[in-house]
Amino acid sequence: MMDAVLLARAQFAFTVSFHFIFPAFSIGLASYLMVLEGLWLKTGRGVYANLYRYWLKIFAVAFGMGVVSGLVMSYQFGTNWSVFSTKAGPVIGPLMAYEVLTAFFLEAGFLGVMLFGISKVGRGLHFFATCMVALGTFISAFWILSANSWMQTPVGYAINAKGQFVPAGSWLPIIFNPSFPFRLVHTVIAAYLTTALVVGGVGAWHLLKDRTNPGARKMFSMAMWMAALVAPIQILAGDAHGLNTLEHQPAKVLAMEGDYHPSPDGAPLILFGLPSNAEARVRYEVAIPKMGSLILKHDLNAPLPGLTDFPRAKWPPTPIVFWSFRIMVALGLAMLGLGLWSLLARARRRLYDWPWLHRAAVAMGPAGFVAVIAGWMTTEVGRQPYTVYGLLETAHSHSPLAAPAVAASLLAFVLVYFFAFGAGTMYLLRLMAKPPEPGEAEPPHVPQRAAGITPAPAVGDAIPGAE
Amino acid sequence: MGSIDLTIIWAGIIGFAVFAYVVMDGFDLGIGILFPSFAVGDERNQAMNSIAPVWDGNETWLVMGGGGLLAAFPLAYAIILPATYPLMIAMLLGLVFRGVAFEFRWRDARHRPIWDIAFTLGSVVAALAQGMTLGAILQGIRVEGGAYAGGWLDWLSPFSLLTGVSVVVGYGLLGATWLVWKTDGAAQAHARRLALWLGAATLVMLAAVSAATPFLAYDYWRHWFAMPGILLTAQVPLLVAIVAFAFFWSLRRGAERLPFLLALGLFLLGFVGLGISIYPYVVPRAVTIWDAAAPPQSQLFMLVGAVVIVPVILAYTGWAYWVFRGKVGTQGYH
Repeated sequence: MMDAVLLARAQFAFTVSFHFIFPAFSIGLASYLMVLEGLWLKTGRGVYANLYRYWLKIFAVAFGMGVVSGLVMSYQFGTNWSVFSTKAGPVIGPLMAYEVLTAFFLEAGFLGVMLFGISKVGRGLHFFATCMVALGTFISAFWILSANSWMQTPVGYAINAKGQFVPAGSWLPIIFNPSFPFRLVHTVIAAYLTTALVVGGVGAWHLLKDRTNPGARKMFSMAMWMAALVAPIQILAGDAHGLNTLEHQPAKVLAMEGDYHPSPDGAPLILFGLPSNAEARVRYEVAIPKMGSLILKHDLNAPLPGLTDFPRAKWPPTPIVFWSFRIMVALGLAMLGLGLWSLLARARRRLYDWPWLHRAAVAMGPAGFVAVIAGWMTTEVGRQPYTVYGLLETAHSHSPLAAPAVAASLLAFVLVYFFAFGAGTMYLLRLMAKPPEPGEAEPPHVPQRAAGITPAPAVGDAIPGAE
Repeated sequence: MGSIDLTIIWAGIIGFAVFAYVVMDGFDLGIGILFPSFAVGDERNQAMNSIAPVWDGNETWLVMGGGGLLAAFPLAYAIILPATYPLMIAMLLGLVFRGVAFEFRWRDARHRPIWDIAFTLGSVVAALAQGMTLGAILQGIRVEGGAYAGGWLDWLSPFSLLTGVSVVVGYGLLGATWLVWKTDGAAQAHARRLALWLGAATLVMLAAVSAATPFLAYDYWRHWFAMPGILLTAQVPLLVAIVAFAFFWSLRRGAERLPFLLALGLFLLGFVGLGISIYPYVVPRAVTIWDAAAPPQSQLFMLVGAVVIVPVILAYTGWAYWVFRGKVGTQGYH
C-alpha cells in the first residue's frame, strides 16, 4: 500500500506544481493588465493600449492552461485523497466552494468580454471586465490559501462521531487561521514579483535588440519599479512568515535551517551543507555562528530547539526542505539585487542603455517561477508527515487504490502535461519573442476581430517619443 | 433550520450545478464531437467562435459540481471518485486537450489540424467518461465501512458503455442545435441536417437507457412502476414524446432557437428521470444523501453564500451571453 501512497503523492506534487505556475503568473498579469488599461483610459496614451493588447494575448494562453490544470486539482482530492476528503471535507470543502462561487465564476464570466468584447462594449465596461478578472484572481488566492493554511495551522475545529473535522463554532477562526495572513501576503507578492520579472525580462530582451522601442522601454521601466519596490517588501514578508511558522510548525523551520540538535546558546546560520536524516546532522556544513537565532528570534543568543526534540517519525524530509528553501532565498536576494541595480541605472539615466542590466533581467525572467515552486515545496514538504498538521497523517489520507492504477494515471498526466503545456509554453515564448509594435492587434485569432477595431488614438500616439 | 432540510436543499443545488454544467458545457463538447464533420476554414472557425467567449464559464460549473460535492457531501465525493478513478482521469485529461485547443489552434496555423484533432478527441473522451460515470453510479458501487471497496475497473460494463455513448450522442445534439441558432448559410444547413439525425439517435439512446435502468435494481423498478407513484412518473415519458414531437416539427419548420431549447428540454426530462431513479441515494442503494451529508454548520455556511452569489453569477453569465448575442458569421457577430 505504501507504493500507492508514494505514487499518489508524486501525482499530487506534479499536478499542483504544474498548476501553480499558471496562477502565479495570471494573478500578477491580470493586475498588470488592469493597471495598463486604467492608465490608457486616464492618459489616452497609445503605448499603454498597445502594451495592454500585447500582454492580453499572452494572458489568454496562460489563463487557459491555468483553467484546465486547475480543474484537475478540484478532482484530485477525491480521486487520490478520499480519506482526507471525507475527514477534512466539512472544513476545507466550503472554503473551496466559496472559491468557485466568488472567484472562478467571476474570472470566467468576465474573461470572454475581456478577451473578445472590446468592440462590443464601451471602454468603461471593458475596463470593468478587466478589473473583475483581476479581482477574481485575487479572491481565488484568498480562499485556496485559506484552505491550505488551515491544513498547516488547523484551529476552530471539533471532531465528530464519524471522525470528521467539523467547524466548532464560528467560521472566522477557520478562515483567518494563524498562518493564513502571512501566507496570503507572501504568496500574492510572489505572484506580482514573478510577473514583474517576466515583463522585465521580455522588455529587456527587446531593448537588447532595439533600445528605442517605446513599448519595450515602458514595460521594462514599469517592471523594474515593481522589482525595486516589492522585492524588499517580500523579504520582510518572508521573514514574518518564517517567525509565524516557527511558532506553529517548529519542525518545518528546523528542517529549513538544518538544525538537528538544540542550540541553547544561539543557533548558527547554516549556509550550505548536505543534511542527512539518517545521521541526524548536516554534512560539510558552512555556517555563521549565532546568525540563525538572529534571523529567527531577532536575538543572537536566543536558544532554539532541534529536530531531535521531536520523534524521529515526525520529521519532514529535511534535505528537500533545506535545499528548496535556499533556492527560494537565493533567488529572492537576486531579485532584490536586480531591483537595486535598476535604481542605480535610473539614477545614472542608463536604464534603457545598459546591456548588462538587460542581460541580467533576461536571465532573471523565469526566476519567479522557480522561486514560487521552491517556496511551495518548502511549505508543503515541510508539512510532512501530515496532511492536516499534527492531526491527520499523509499515510492515512489516501484513497483505496491499487498502485498500478495510480502509476498509470501519473504516467498519463506526465505525458499529457508535457505535451499540452509544453506546446503552450512554446506559444507563450513565441508571443514574447515578438517585439511590441505600435498598433498592436487584438488577441488576433478570431477572424471577426482582425480588422477595424484598433482604437484610433492608440495607433496615432504609439509611435516613438512615448518614453 | 434542521439538518434534513439543508441536506435536501444541497442535493438540489448540486443537482442544479450538474444540470447547469450539462446545459452549458454540453453544447461546447457537442461542437467538439461534431468538429470533424465541419469543413476546414470558415465552418470550423464559426463553430469555434460561437463558443470561444463562453466555454470557460461553462466549464466552471463542473468545478462547482465537484467542489460542491466535496463540501456538502464529502462521503459521496470520497466514494464516487475512487470508484470511477480511470474515468475521472480520462475526463480531466480530455478536458485539458479540449481547453488548450481553443487558444492553441489560432496560435499555430501549421499545426492547426493537430489541435483540431485534440479538440475533438478531448471532447469525445470527456463526454464518454461523463456518461460512463453516470452509468457506473446507476449500476451501483461497492461500499464497505464508508469507503469504496471495489476494484479499479468495476465501472466498466455494457450498461456504462451504453450511457457513455448516449451522452456523446446527446451532447452532439446540443452542439448541432446550438449551431442552428448561432450560424447561418451553409454552416446552418449542415447543422440542421446533423440535428435531425442526432435528435433521432438521442431518442433511441434515451429509450434504451430508460428501458435498461429498471432492470438494474428492484429499487429503480419500484420507483417507476409502483402505485400511486406511477401516476406521476408516467408523465415523464409522456412529456418526452411531446417534446420530441415539437423538436422535429420546429426543425422542419426552420426555427432557429427552438430546436436548441427543446433539446435542452429533453435533457431536463432525462435528468428528472435520473432523479426519480436514484433519490434519496447519492450512491445508489449504499449511501443516502443524509449519510453523506456534511454537518449542518458546513452546509449552512455555504448556503448563505450560494443564495446570495449564485443569482449574481447567473446575472453576469447571462450578460456575457447577451454581449455575444446574434449570429457568429465569419466576420463578426453582426
